[in-house]
Amino acid sequence: MEAFEILLQANFWAAAIRIATPLIFGVIGALICERAGVLNLGIEGIFVAGAMAGWLAVYLGAGLWTGVAIAALVGALFGLLHGLFTVILGLSQHVTGIGITLFATSAAYFGYRVAFPSVTEPPRIMAFQPLDLAALKLIPVIGPALAQQTALTWLAFACVALAALILYRTPLGLAIRAVGDNPASVDAQGLSVAGLRMGALAAGSALMALGGAFLTMSAFNAFFFGMINGRGWVCIALTVFASWRPEKALIGALLFGAFDAYQVRLQTLAGGIVPSQVFLMMPYILSIVALVLVARRADYPRALMKPYIKGER
Amino acid sequence: MSRTQDQNSGIDRRGMLAGGGFALLAASSGQALAQAKAKPLKVAAIYTVPVEQQWVSRIHKALNAAKDRGDVTYRWSENTANTDYERVMRQYATEGMDLIIGESFAVERAARKVASDFPKIAFVMGSSFQPSKPNFAVFDNFIHEPSYLTGMVAGKATKSNIIGLVGGYAIPEVNRLMQAFMEGAKSVNPNVKFLVAFINSWYDPPKAKEAAFAMIDRGADIMYAERFGVTDAAKERNVKAIGNVIDTSAQYPGVILASALWQMEPTIDRVIKNVMAGTFEPADYGVYSYMAHGGAALSPLDPKLVPQDVIDLVKAKEKEILDGEFRVNVNDAEPKSSA
Repeated sequence: MEAFEILLQANFWAAAIRIATPLIFGVIGALICERAGVLNLGIEGIFVAGAMAGWLAVYLGAGLWTGVAIAALVGALFGLLHGLFTVILGLSQHVTGIGITLFATSAAYFGYRVAFPSVTEPPRIMAFQPLDLAALKLIPVIGPALAQQTALTWLAFACVALAALILYRTPLGLAIRAVGDNPASVDAQGLSVAGLRMGALAAGSALMALGGAFLTMSAFNAFFFGMINGRGWVCIALTVFASWRPEKALIGALLFGAFDAYQVRLQTLAGGIVPSQVFLMMPYILSIVALVLVARRADYPRALMKPYIKGER
Repeated sequence: MSRTQDQNSGIDRRGMLAGGGFALLAASSGQALAQAKAKPLKVAAIYTVPVEQQWVSRIHKALNAAKDRGDVTYRWSENTANTDYERVMRQYATEGMDLIIGESFAVERAARKVASDFPKIAFVMGSSFQPSKPNFAVFDNFIHEPSYLTGMVAGKATKSNIIGLVGGYAIPEVNRLMQAFMEGAKSVNPNVKFLVAFINSWYDPPKAKEAAFAMIDRGADIMYAERFGVTDAAKERNVKAIGNVIDTSAQYPGVILASALWQMEPTIDRVIKNVMAGTFEPADYGVYSYMAHGGAALSPLDPKLVPQDVIDLVKAKEKEILDGEFRVNVNDAEPKSSA
């Protein structure tokens, strides 16, 4: 019975939203890249680079929001690097993406070790604090859960709304969607396919980096190597789950966050009977099940992973 | 299952080794190592995680101290993937080291193969298993004794009678410390209940923090902080924490009641001395992590945080352990939440 009562606790939903926030940034970022026809498997590495860059900037004396901007900038640069290989040179998106992940991860760690050659523990920063919005607390369960969140979580929600607005309500969004479905038609309109794709990669990768920055600047207050722990890859799966739509991406990320928050509570509740590993598997198994159910109907961008070379059919 | 059994029988063997079994092994070990080596020894260490990680940081510190004394030259590789581990071992070995230190938990077979290919080099590896001839010695963080003592502090301090424990992986190195801690808490407070969760990662402080929040939500007022992140959750929610392996009470003033500390110096110094003297054996050095050898210790207790009568109680038990009158069980079974 207690297992169901958990679902009515504000702290449970607060945890679910906290766990979901980096995924929201990541999945919206991946979605923007893929809508423009580029699969960005550099996401895991870009998370690491963003986590490292934002935290380091704040540690070196920058303000929190400056740190966020620097993380986004670093992410955008890695996105452009990805674009150089996949959009301009038309190389394999899979190989390039994995390469970016390996490179960004190693570069972030190299930078960390150069900056801190002999520390016993990574230095801490003063992270984003919960906003504690009093007005929200009047709403039962979900209100107090939202009130506990930091500004970055609200930024993540704003990014979802903004992405949905731009993709479906602006000429720019139409062009981005078109470049991922039928780049030749965009080219015929006189728009730059490469320019749109590079722009989408830069913007999407900047969001991915914010996902990492959330971990070191809000969920925690220091950078640890390996702390991204596969969150980027989860975002790639969630993009398919969301069938490339921002509002579904938000639901998918929240669902995953809720599963993860739920499993750790179940571990303490029924851990004596069921092995802990079963609970740890749960969010991933449920993600696979959800993918299987949803992905068959997924409407993927037709030109995803196809490089566009002008004049070639 | 076999791992648990090996480990349990290993403890008995460990006791035997300490009691003079060294001589037996000495007679049967290879001859190649049995020659004295000049100072400074060439030492290399290979770690699978960054040197900031609690466990590895203790080895790193002890080796740096040996380097500063001029006993050794020290080179190290951190964050070596398990898939790369054998290659890095071979690289150091072919460069001509006297002593290679590391952790072979996930690469037992490969690491032992490398060691047998380089019989002139002494290998000392963190391992859940037994040493192998001719040159593969093992160690581990046997700090269950101070963990028991911190458990006593926690058992006395809890008001809700609920203690939360967040661990990385449910492996013997983690389990035995948690089990000893729980036994210590039970010894002074039979009503205490435990919430246990693992996060399946060594290095995911946000996730460890979430697990700790979940336990505090369920009423835990003492958190056993096996991982980074747990103490942060305790601090945010105004509950107390128990430290593990390293002392972080300076970073969290007023939050950490007590810590079980691991000190690698007795192990490292013993290994260096033996290799220099040409008396290195493929032995189990785990015993040098026991309190009696100075390899484990209870952090100083602050009378402002822990009542004096509890300090006296814990100190009395500490003395019993040091005098050999009380033996803390080594239990490698996975700890479970109380129903």
